[in-house]
Amino acid sequence: MTNLLRSAWVIGRRDFAATVFSKTFIFFLIGPLFPVLLGGLFGGIGARVASQAEQPRIAVVSSQEDFLKLERAHDRLKQAMDDRPIVELVGVPPEQDVSRQTEGLLASKRHSVIAVLSGGLDRPHLTGAVEPDGAIVGQMRLLISSARASDSAPAAMLVTATQHSTGSVDRSRSITAQIGQMILFFLTIILAGMTLSQLIEEKSNKVIEVLAAAVPIEAIFVGKLFAMLAASIVGIVVWVSTGVAAVSMLTAGGAGEIPTPAVGSGPFLILTVIYFAMNYLLLGSVFLSIGAQASTVREVQTLSMPVTVAQVLIFGFAALAIGSPDSPIAIGGALFPLSSPLVMVARAAERPELWPHLLAIIWQAGWIAVIVSISARLFRRTVLKSGPVKRRWWRRAAA
Amino acid sequence: MLRQVGQDRQQSAFAVEATDLVKDFGDTRAVDGVSLAVPAGSIYGLLGPNGAGKTTTLRILLGIIDPSSGSRSVLGHERPLEAAQDIGYLPEERGLYPAMHCREAIAFMGALRGLSLTEGRRRADELLSNHGLGDWGKKPIRTLSKGMAQTVQLLGTIVHRPRLIVLDEPFAGLDAINQARLEELIRKEARSGVTVIFSTHVIAHAERLCERIAIIAKGKVAFEGAVDEARATLRPIVRLRTRSEDGAWRDAIPDDARREGSEWIFELPEAGPEPLLKALIDGGAGIETLAIERPGLHDAFVAIAGPKAAAAMSEEKAQ
Repeated sequence: MTNLLRSAWVIGRRDFAATVFSKTFIFFLIGPLFPVLLGGLFGGIGARVASQAEQPRIAVVSSQEDFLKLERAHDRLKQAMDDRPIVELVGVPPEQDVSRQTEGLLASKRHSVIAVLSGGLDRPHLTGAVEPDGAIVGQMRLLISSARASDSAPAAMLVTATQHSTGSVDRSRSITAQIGQMILFFLTIILAGMTLSQLIEEKSNKVIEVLAAAVPIEAIFVGKLFAMLAASIVGIVVWVSTGVAAVSMLTAGGAGEIPTPAVGSGPFLILTVIYFAMNYLLLGSVFLSIGAQASTVREVQTLSMPVTVAQVLIFGFAALAIGSPDSPIAIGGALFPLSSPLVMVARAAERPELWPHLLAIIWQAGWIAVIVSISARLFRRTVLKSGPVKRRWWRRAAA
Repeated sequence: MLRQVGQDRQQSAFAVEATDLVKDFGDTRAVDGVSLAVPAGSIYGLLGPNGAGKTTTLRILLGIIDPSSGSRSVLGHERPLEAAQDIGYLPEERGLYPAMHCREAIAFMGALRGLSLTEGRRRADELLSNHGLGDWGKKPIRTLSKGMAQTVQLLGTIVHRPRLIVLDEPFAGLDAINQARLEELIRKEARSGVTVIFSTHVIAHAERLCERIAIIAKGKVAFEGAVDEARATLRPIVRLRTRSEDGAWRDAIPDDARREGSEWIFELPEAGPEPLLKALIDGGAGIETLAIERPGLHDAFVAIAGPKAAAAMSEEKAQ
């Protein structure tokens, strides 16, 4: 046992140093910046396009006075809707033949309106490609009512702002749960992939035989698995510290602005690291045993594809638990070993009890012992084979 | 008590013993009943063409793979990995991390065998310096030529001062100068009491270095013993040139003698050189030259492993 641990330490120390002190690790550290930047960029463009596309234009054929009242009502509604897209109004002075003017406006490419409102505030008449009970008609009704009552003062209401309420906290915690699951999922997939490519590199460099002659194969397996885990924890620490620093600098309230998860910030961070480790050890060991059977990158891609697809499905299943951590789906997800870490990290954000986490960690650790031991055995049997992957049984039978 | 057992193990006359090793890979039998006994402190060669089972045998002896059946004992341990700290291994397919510096690569190989990194680095500096490679320490492996990388790996193989060194085709890929250096290094290690086992398909290396050899062909040991014993399986060869073309002396020439130019070549008759000489002189052969040659290991190999195996070895050497 001591020899196994000592050997695993030697392997792990080298892998850790080779990973952390490599140029690629810098890219790994700045990796999360890309989705943030791209998300911001494309999100902004998308929102702009969407807001332009979602604002149907209505031509208002009315007196100047009526149009001003409608415009003021429009401003009030827009403010109440928190700048969400609502109809856009274009004032047009009335002509003698309003019916013909309406037809002309609907056909005009210059105005590009969806409907025309005529008849002023007293006898409003909306003509255009709208549904009688649709949102556009609904918004126009609200605007007209508001414009008609524009002389009355807005309702007086005393407003007392509090920092949090149950509703707002639940919403933030659901977001925290979602972010926690996403970090766990993506980080695990990336790291398991990195471990796999390192193993393939060693197989192609023939270093694996030097290692196998000196230390037990199980030590190589464990060393590699834990080296990448340690490297990823370095990554998490850097990201969390950078994130907290960024929030502190960019927001008035500093890090205190970050919504506190249900179990508390400290325990949540610890639980996230533990669940990440559990998730990574489960998936990483499966990936390593796959890598042991493959000798080329192509074979690895073929073999790891089903596992990656399965992991995406599991991620989707675990996401169903967000918002309802006590539902049968959430409990089932917590019991299924491969989704358990993802479901439990979401629970940590949404429910304050700590004891379920203790049970979950023991449960997951048991499964890790089983899966790592099976994977290590498989790894031992196949890692030194350098030829192509064995022919499948059905092909053998057909031959 | 445990200490006593350990001491007994260390004092064994054989560094490596293997009995009836068999290894099957699916339907293929790579090693078929191999038995070996490698005396401690000797240089031992495994001879055979590619695919004969040499590498598989070495991997079994090192514990990299387990045999399908049979037993092995390495430095007194039935599980070779238990003796890993006393063994150095250079595989046929050399493997080093390309980004590692030479010094770190040697120290890492020492660490795999139980040496601390600090001590490994110190010894790496010492080894590099002793081999005239003092300025290589900071060079990444990827910048080295194949021969240079092989030298670094060889130094990594001995950095922890092993009692047993196993080298799989160590001369492959080396130029003549480096081959001579490697031969000298093997001799030096053996002089200091280290057991060296190496596999090769170049008989000349084995002939120059080994005290004992095993000739392996098709997974089986065709011969195992001292090099002289291998040679002794053949009778000395007589090369004779005479002034006379014919006469009574021809009766002294065996029926299976062959002619190469003006030379007669045949095995020395069992009776020895004296009756042969007498018959040639009395028969009026007019001896111009007569040489009695001790058969080389190559001749012995041909006789033991068969002409096909010898031809395969010659082809590999040429490549």
